[in-house]
Amino acid sequence: MSNAVIIKDAVKRYGDFTALCGVSLDIREGEFFTLLGPSGCGKTTLLRMIAGFNSIEGGDFYFGEKRINDVPAHKRDIGMVFQNYAIFPHLTVRENVAYGLKARKVPKAQIGPKVDEALELVQISHLADRKPNELSGGQQQRVALARAFVIEPSVLLMDEPLSNLDAKLRVQMRSVIKKLQRRLGITTIYVTHDQEEALAISDRIAVMKDGHIMQIGTPNEIYAKPQNPFVAGFIGVSNFLDCDVKAAGGKAKVTIQNELSIEVPACRDYEGKGSLSARPEQLFFAEEGMPGTVLFSTFLGDFIEYEVQLDNGQSLIVNEYTKDTSDVHPDGEKVHLRFDPLRVSLYEAGSGEVLSL
Amino acid sequence: MKTKLGSRWRPDFWFFAKIIVIVAMCLFIVYPFYTILTKSVFSNKVEGLTLYNFIRFFTKPYYYQTLIRSMVVCFATVFTTTLIGVPIAYLMTRYNIPGKKILHIFIIMSLMSPPFIGAYSWIILLGRNGLLAKLFATFDATAPTIYGRGGIIFVFTLHLFPYIYLYTSGAMNSIDSSLEEAAENLGMSKLRRIWTITLPVILPSILAGCIMVFMTCLADFGTPMLLGEGYTVLPVLVYNEYMSESAVNPYMASTLSVIIVSCSLLMLTFQKLVVDKRNYTMSSMRPPQETQLHGWRRFAVSAPIFLVVFVAFLPQIVVVCQSFVERSFSGMVKGINLNNYRAILSRLGTNIRNTYVFSLIAIVFIIILGIIVSYILVRKKGKVANIIDTLVMFPFVIPGSVLGIGLIVAFNRKPLILVGTAAIMIISYVIRKLPYTVRSGSAFLYQMDPSIEEASINLGVSPMKTFFTVTARMMLPGIMSGAVLSWITCINELSSSIMLYSGKTSTIAVAIYQEVVRMSDGTAAALATILTVTTIISLLIVFRATKGKVKIV
Ligand SMILES: Nc1ncnc2c1ncn2[C@@H]1O[C@H](COP(=O)(O)OP(=O)(O)OP(=O)(O)O)[C@@H](O)[C@H]1O
Ligand SMILES: [Mg+2]
Repeated sequence: MSNAVIIKDAVKRYGDFTALCGVSLDIREGEFFTLLGPSGCGKTTLLRMIAGFNSIEGGDFYFGEKRINDVPAHKRDIGMVFQNYAIFPHLTVRENVAYGLKARKVPKAQIGPKVDEALELVQISHLADRKPNELSGGQQQRVALARAFVIEPSVLLMDEPLSNLDAKLRVQMRSVIKKLQRRLGITTIYVTHDQEEALAISDRIAVMKDGHIMQIGTPNEIYAKPQNPFVAGFIGVSNFLDCDVKAAGGKAKVTIQNELSIEVPACRDYEGKGSLSARPEQLFFAEEGMPGTVLFSTFLGDFIEYEVQLDNGQSLIVNEYTKDTSDVHPDGEKVHLRFDPLRVSLYEAGSGEVLSL
Repeated sequence: MKTKLGSRWRPDFWFFAKIIVIVAMCLFIVYPFYTILTKSVFSNKVEGLTLYNFIRFFTKPYYYQTLIRSMVVCFATVFTTTLIGVPIAYLMTRYNIPGKKILHIFIIMSLMSPPFIGAYSWIILLGRNGLLAKLFATFDATAPTIYGRGGIIFVFTLHLFPYIYLYTSGAMNSIDSSLEEAAENLGMSKLRRIWTITLPVILPSILAGCIMVFMTCLADFGTPMLLGEGYTVLPVLVYNEYMSESAVNPYMASTLSVIIVSCSLLMLTFQKLVVDKRNYTMSSMRPPQETQLHGWRRFAVSAPIFLVVFVAFLPQIVVVCQSFVERSFSGMVKGINLNNYRAILSRLGTNIRNTYVFSLIAIVFIIILGIIVSYILVRKKGKVANIIDTLVMFPFVIPGSVLGIGLIVAFNRKPLILVGTAAIMIISYVIRKLPYTVRSGSAFLYQMDPSIEEASINLGVSPMKTFFTVTARMMLPGIMSGAVLSWITCINELSSSIMLYSGKTSTIAVAIYQEVVRMSDGTAAALATILTVTTIISLLIVFRATKGKVKIV
């Protein structure tokens, strides 16, 4: 049975250092949920608290209705894929996969077929009788995966399971994992610091920084509507521009360096300094707008990436799709930039709180 | 209000394991040593608390001379072993010495052989009536004497240079070859390369080897006892004083023990403060290549190594040969036969049985404790683990005779009378030999990924069961190769046994010592052969099981 995972105000301390400062998550049944954030932000810490390997200094953890704070790790019914696989070196592939079933006292007659089926699913049936040291990295990864889901856990945890693989295998295993999760419908919590991987694989993502959750949302929401400058900068590329904001009645008047004035849909009233963030593909060349000079261009096939220096000295990245244009702006050309007011994000300058809708 | 605290603490298996280990160590290590300390500040000549014995030690030449002699022997041996050990390590790791693997095994075997058998064997060769001595006499020459200072240093050197060799070659193998190549690339000549790069990098390891040699020399009792002949060193004095004092209140022996332990602690502090701080050894990506030599160059480099290894191993050969020679009381050869073995079987069967039974029981405890203690040290780090670490390693710096005296003074009165029992022998073995297994086991565990245990727990196996089915199982190679070393040193143990044995609990090592003192060469040799053969077979088993990768140091 798959389970929802609910975490309320989780706190983790290592001595004086607080690694998690009141993290709350509401993970739905059968969801593929990813914890994403830079190194040291506390992803592993949180995952190990869910698994029961870290003590919990504060907060409540629920699987469905059941509070699991005091349930010992071996009784939590969680499957876990470790970063370094943690395959038992003295057991064969088959014995590794059967290990959790034996611990659950599954009748012998059922263990064999279940293991075979699991190995079949990750396509390593032909390696069943090998020892782990006779396997490649990708094959070990599949064993770890099979071992974790064969016990039909209520929750599956994965801590950067792909980080030890080469780039090509990473993409391949990514889709193996995703398809498997869909098929089995197990609630999955996945940890990575690779934003591309997170966007590709997740139903929803929690972006973390320094033990705080910065934003929770679908990949599209996170990319299109980052709730603060950190998320805007961490996921994809963003250009930040200082501006003056006057927001009232659902509309914000944004003035950038007294040059350009646009109107952005706003979620609340505000007056003062602001910060505007625009993706490279949301900026475009126009007859009038912010004046600047093309510094450098890179042709990347389906689009061209420009580095444009505004007259005030700030550099911006601008992407122009090849299908929308016929020629390349040469280096040194004087240009004007505008952007789509409906798709940019606007933040308060000091607090970084979001103003755009 | 709802409590925000996480999981409640409950005592688990490791909580009790720590308590049991600490209590056992306090009882059998701290308490005996504490008793020695208190006895050392009393005297039967003066009332109450007094430094009388310490003052006597440092003012009477009869006493303080032994400290000077011990220091002379220790430093001289450190010097000679380094002189032999370092070049051998360098040549063995860098050149194509023929039979390298076999030489390596022979060097380890001479280190692991019973220490006093070297001394005894050299007496057979160079002592009064010695085989070589007689040979010299037929040419009207005088053989160099094996007795006294020179002899002790000579025998120590041959027995202990393997320490320097093992430490140094370990470090040599861990130098990444790119390091020396970088120096070569920067234009350094070969000799200056060794001097400016190789030597500084391996120096801490050489020093660590030196400290091992120093401590072993300082603690060893058998060799100077058999060879000293008036050149009395500290451990021998401890024994003599103890034998002449009352067993209940060995004040002077306690004072001497405190002095000896202070010396070793001083050395250990030096190691902690100076040597360990400068450990550059790395895990090398590309171990150094060996240079291929040919013809006379190869011979010139190899011959000295073969000579040293042969001389170091000679005692074992001599002892085995001697064991088949039957002699009359006057020392005349009566024949080549098995009579020596018949004699020991009828007369000293108990000793043989005791040696194996005691060591086996000790080794069972050592394996169990070794697994548990290693696990605590590596996985349950904290204050308690630090205390256990210090306590486990402490016996390493206590000479066996001192521990023996400690156990006797601590357990010769109610409520716990152990003196004269087999238990006290076994306890002393466990305490003294446990460090080998713990060191090997914890080094092994360090390299083991903790997430393997977590994976097992995560799959639904309780932590306890995980420990016994996964962790302990995977630690076994490390534990076993350490346990074999513990086993070998148990059967060869002399210095604490000689203090603790009673008529019924005497062992082979003790019997050899007594037979040698009684000039009964043949039986001593037969007993020594039993020990040597057991040692060699045990070593060969570990070599086989670990594919030659057993770590002695
Ligand atoms: N056992 C520990 N003792 C003290 N501090 C710790 C411990 N484990 C983690 N930390 C600290 O807690 C913070 C979060 O660590 P965590 O391992 O959860 O990071 P992470 O997000 O998984 O990073 P990465 O992507 O590098 O794996 C870090 O600052 C780390 O230094
Ligand atoms: Mg991590």
